[in-house]
Amino acid sequence: MAQPERPLSPFMQYRWQYTNTTSILHRITGILLSLCFFVLVYWLAAAAGGPEQYGRALACIGSPLGQLVLFGGLFSFCYHLLNGIRHLFFDAGYGFELAVARKTGWAVGIGSVVMAVVLWVFVGMTLGGAA
Amino acid sequence: MSLRSPLGRVLGLGSAKGGSGHWYSQRITAVALVILGLWFVASLLMLGHGAPHESVVAWLRSPFSAVMALLLIVVGAYHAQLGLQVVFEDYVGDKGTRVVVLVAIKFALVVAALIGVLAVLRLAFGAQA
Repeated sequence: MAQPERPLSPFMQYRWQYTNTTSILHRITGILLSLCFFVLVYWLAAAAGGPEQYGRALACIGSPLGQLVLFGGLFSFCYHLLNGIRHLFFDAGYGFELAVARKTGWAVGIGSVVMAVVLWVFVGMTLGGAA
Repeated sequence: MSLRSPLGRVLGLGSAKGGSGHWYSQRITAVALVILGLWFVASLLMLGHGAPHESVVAWLRSPFSAVMALLLIVVGAYHAQLGLQVVFEDYVGDKGTRVVVLVAIKFALVVAALIGVLAVLRLAFGAQA
């Protein structure tokens, strides 16, 4: 006997569009930022441990992999910050009209890339290869 | 006319028995983290080229910076826990696995936050004078 048609979860049937993209990116950047929290703690603990330990931590952060993580963290910070503010406005009841939400969604996407690149020029200099 | 029972109204609980507190905490911590996050990035920029150890020590010797750093660690860990909980509740179907994952996240974040707090306090009280 054939299985009767069952309703599907929304994520199985909705077409891909900007709304689920901004939402899933918010979750992904949130997870990445949670991981970066451990890097922050490592950096602080190393600083408290003394110059030698701190130097080793900086060398680790200054390595190509460390720099990649740092840039990922920086972009995640920018995106999660801007989109988070957008969501706080949603929660307060503003900006929910489709046209407005679409515009702010694009603004957040482009704004976070620009913000991350601009900050990277400086943060990369701060926590860059000068270990 | 409200369909909620008088007891339900008093307790502030809907059919899910909870969640409004979680939702509200997530927003409050988000607002705080807007300020704390921007402060942290600005602080990083002011540490200067290569973020030398002396700059970090001097930075956290200031009571204002130390309090802000402590807030960032505590509020950040709390916000991360709330957010990760929502994500893992959505995607981990098996109840046993879900409970294990959620408890592991809480443990890891509490341990990391305490290490961070201790580090900031050591620097604030001049362990590296």
